Amino acid sequence: MKTPIYLDNNATTRMDPRVLEAMLPYFTEHFGNAASRNHAFGWAAEEAVDYAREQIAHLIGADAREIIFTSGATESDNLAIKGVADMYARKGDHIITVTTEHKAVLDTCRALEKQGKRVTYLEVDDDGLINLQELEAALTPQTILVTVMLANNETGVIQPMKEISALTHKAGALLFSDATQAVGKIPVNVEEYGIDLMAFSGHKMYGPKGVGALYVRRKNPRVKVTAQMDGGGHERGMRSGTLNVPGIVGLGKAAELARLEMAGEIARLRKLRDKLETELMKVEETKLNGHPEHRLPHVSNISFKHVEGEGLMMGIKDLAVSSGSACTSASLEPSYVLKAMHINDDAAHSSIRFGLGRFTTEEEIDYAIRHVKEAVGKLREMSPIWEMYQEGVDLNTVVWASH
Amino acid sequence: MAYSNKVIDHYSNPRNVGTLDKAAQNVGTGLVGAPECGDVMRLQIEVDETTNIIKDAKFKTFGCGSAIASSSLATEWLKGKSIDEALAIDNMDIVEELSLPPVKIHCSVLAEDAIRAAINDYRVKQGLEPIAAEKSH
Repeated sequence: MKTPIYLDNNATTRMDPRVLEAMLPYFTEHFGNAASRNHAFGWAAEEAVDYAREQIAHLIGADAREIIFTSGATESDNLAIKGVADMYARKGDHIITVTTEHKAVLDTCRALEKQGKRVTYLEVDDDGLINLQELEAALTPQTILVTVMLANNETGVIQPMKEISALTHKAGALLFSDATQAVGKIPVNVEEYGIDLMAFSGHKMYGPKGVGALYVRRKNPRVKVTAQMDGGGHERGMRSGTLNVPGIVGLGKAAELARLEMAGEIARLRKLRDKLETELMKVEETKLNGHPEHRLPHVSNISFKHVEGEGLMMGIKDLAVSSGSACTSASLEPSYVLKAMHINDDAAHSSIRFGLGRFTTEEEIDYAIRHVKEAVGKLREMSPIWEMYQEGVDLNTVVWASH
Repeated sequence: MAYSNKVIDHYSNPRNVGTLDKAAQNVGTGLVGAPECGDVMRLQIEVDETTNIIKDAKFKTFGCGSAIASSSLATEWLKGKSIDEALAIDNMDIVEELSLPPVKIHCSVLAEDAIRAAINDYRVKQGLEPIAAEKSH
């Protein structure tokens, strides 16, 4: 077993060697521009792009013509939200989103607010789920778009997309979903869920960085987005720019592998995740963050109370994980996602996200269990608030010296 | 952001972790920070009442590696110092010794606050006025 062990697969994933192999010829041999219509170099590139479009469409139950290639999920989020806001400006000016969305969605909505659009931010319950009655109440005739992520990047919580879609469509609005954490990991079918636009990216599904896609529905209803970048009118006029052919080939291959291996991987990773979680939750004063069932099978977010997350990560330096602790960011604010779920700041500071992936082994999980338990024990011995807790002091009644 | 070797050393082998009797007349306790801010430091000093020399110092810290290292270093520096010498410890001395990056300077500030809080707790127990904070953070 090699260390450090990678358990941060929600941040990015290792590219599958089979994906790299598929991409390589498109850097040197088949280097043509997919928009070159009059020679063999261009044809080879175009053919590869078309094939990748099929592979990706197949994974999400779409038509190949509904896939728009972008540089990644952030661009797809921007294109979907701003593109719909522009295209449907005459119909309305209201967008509904959720407080636990990714920054690429939230900051895009904020930017639109500055331009005069109206945005409603739905709250979530303690488990991270939105309230459907609140969504229904927020929808108005002026609502043009509802944007709800499929699975959350910090907790893995999965929103009830079918129900959200039904309410959204009943009100005559479109549904966009940032499905970056879900596509390639769990079955995602745009027809079954009733999603009109959907963003995802290559590097979260064992493909390359710098390439992503936006699904844009062509039928029932036909959806259009206004391009956010001017240029040669590629991708049916919605996204200009020479296509990243090797990246697109890689995304296609990654989509195909995910589709073929998904069922086995879900079962394998769920078993490993459950083992990790069950063992770590045996440690006293721990808390699972996020809905226990409506959740991705390979993610676990746990707070180890009275131990600070970054300090804990330093104690498990052979494990690459991530924390909701403020100390891991420049802002000194703990995770806004956990705060939105009404999790106390101190529990948010104590949270660790474990993200398993295709290359995670049982041996690595056993190692992780052992080392996390050891580090939590060691740090609690050093923690004044653990000592106070053990003496029966109610930490909520202590008047803390601010600084 | 990589940690300096000194931070790693103090984190891995913290000096003077523990608890002194906070009720004792010659023990000063400083508890600073707050759990919701992600840092709580408790620093204690045991003072020789005739010489005013700090005989022993202990800490417990809830926080990141830099916060743990700052408090561990502080206890090391406090032992053997007089109260006046201890008051002269500046947070920037800690920053320099541990090569803390700008985003971790607040850890050293907290350690300085903890030292002052412990000394003031001792002074009050001895019937003296607490020393007003020189600067606010």
